[in-house]
Amino acid sequence: MASHTALRCRECGREYPIAPIYTCEWCFGPLEATYDYDAIKGSISREAIAAGPASIWRYGPLLPVSAPAGAALNAGWTPLVRADRLAAELGLGELWIKDDTRNPTNSFKDRVVAVALGKALDFGFKTAACASTGNLANAVAAAAARTGLESFVFVPSDLEAGKILTTAVYGGNVVAIDGNYDDVNRLCAELAAEFPWAFVNVNVRPFYAEGSKTLAYETAEQLGWETPDHVVVPIASGSLLTKIHKGFHELHTVGLLDEEPVVRVSGAQALGCSPVATAFADGVDDVHPVRPSTIAKSLAIGNPADGYYALDVIRKTGGACGSVTDDEVVEGMRLLARTEGIFGETAAGVTIATLAKLAREGVVRRDERVVAYVTGHGLKTLDAIAPHVSVTTTIPPRLDAFRAAFPELTQEA
Amino acid sequence: MATVRIPTQLRELSGGAGEVTIDGGTVQAVLEALEVAHPGFGERLFDGDGKLRRFVNVFVDDEDIRFLGGVDTEVTERTVVSIVPAVAGG
Repeated sequence: MASHTALRCRECGREYPIAPIYTCEWCFGPLEATYDYDAIKGSISREAIAAGPASIWRYGPLLPVSAPAGAALNAGWTPLVRADRLAAELGLGELWIKDDTRNPTNSFKDRVVAVALGKALDFGFKTAACASTGNLANAVAAAAARTGLESFVFVPSDLEAGKILTTAVYGGNVVAIDGNYDDVNRLCAELAAEFPWAFVNVNVRPFYAEGSKTLAYETAEQLGWETPDHVVVPIASGSLLTKIHKGFHELHTVGLLDEEPVVRVSGAQALGCSPVATAFADGVDDVHPVRPSTIAKSLAIGNPADGYYALDVIRKTGGACGSVTDDEVVEGMRLLARTEGIFGETAAGVTIATLAKLAREGVVRRDERVVAYVTGHGLKTLDAIAPHVSVTTTIPPRLDAFRAAFPELTQEA
Repeated sequence: MATVRIPTQLRELSGGAGEVTIDGGTVQAVLEALEVAHPGFGERLFDGDGKLRRFVNVFVDDEDIRFLGGVDTEVTERTVVSIVPAVAGG
């Protein structure tokens, strides 16, 4: 888009022309897309957005790439569901679930990949690649298939079987690495320097990350152009959380919201990979890397690229960052399913369990309008839930057997 | 003499070399000696307070020094010290 003007270092502010680069040559800080907000303000309106496609591309002027021809990269415009039954369980008032399981490959990663591959096509790349904990692998493999790009997806070798299959089915290259995500990530940084590929979360990351802003735009639009008081967001790299915060404020900058929004932003991590939650609890600025050990593999990034920025957003908005055990993760998944009929993956379990914890502690309050982000589908992480749920009973195909199994049931008169 | 691997962005300071050999008993000493041998590295690697910039990662024999002794991590003749730009990912 003409309104996307440059890339700027988040650390030292040096500017770079738009290109597939991701770190500042001077201080190694991450680069971020910049915009001419005055130009956007003159061209964007609630009406134009409402008349746009039912996808992230309805917010085209606020993204760093035009909608690719043929709408091959659709994602977003997922339901915002009022969650009264879950709210009652947690002692909360107005609670909403942003159900991002309802994307083409069932996670929010379709949003960021749509933007990344749109930009990759603009740059003329022929191959898409990524380092992934699974959801991104699904999204890149599928979007590459739809757009006719080759794909190379790099994942840790201990990834859930389901996420391997749901990536490999699209026919691209899936490379399992003996190591954890941080090892995969470091290899991909080296590969990105050697091969002329669009690594969506390496050299195309400044554009890719912007796709997450659409979660904030949709939330506000679906609330009738109002913002929540408090959002709870899972943290892996920390990018999603920082971009949701950025998205709410951009809406005000370009005139879509009348007042500067006041949104408390809280983060959710699994205890077995909680570098940001630890820094928050310790009151320090340094996010010290960890070696992940949790069933929430999609959040298992021990060295989060945007950890500093996520911590900063949490602190300055008056949010909190909680962490929960693997048992609580499973209980969170079951609680969401049992109360709202939404089956989220382990990351959703982290988010819901953290929401429950923050509600108990009085951090998330009953008088707040709260939105929790459910970012991936539970069918992706069946391994996590398999030991905990099963059939209620198994019986022969006979009426008396059923009556014997459920003696408490009485026949309706 | 430890071997220091220089990332692309900083090779203008090492005369284009991807690896240089530098004396020093710790990571801190090696990086300071790097500045003496090739002026310009210091301000790129360290902030105004003399701390390693937060998006500069240093690995000693493939291990992030934050899992070791930080900039005080010991370095021997056979050590490979890698300077790695900010991780991306996620």
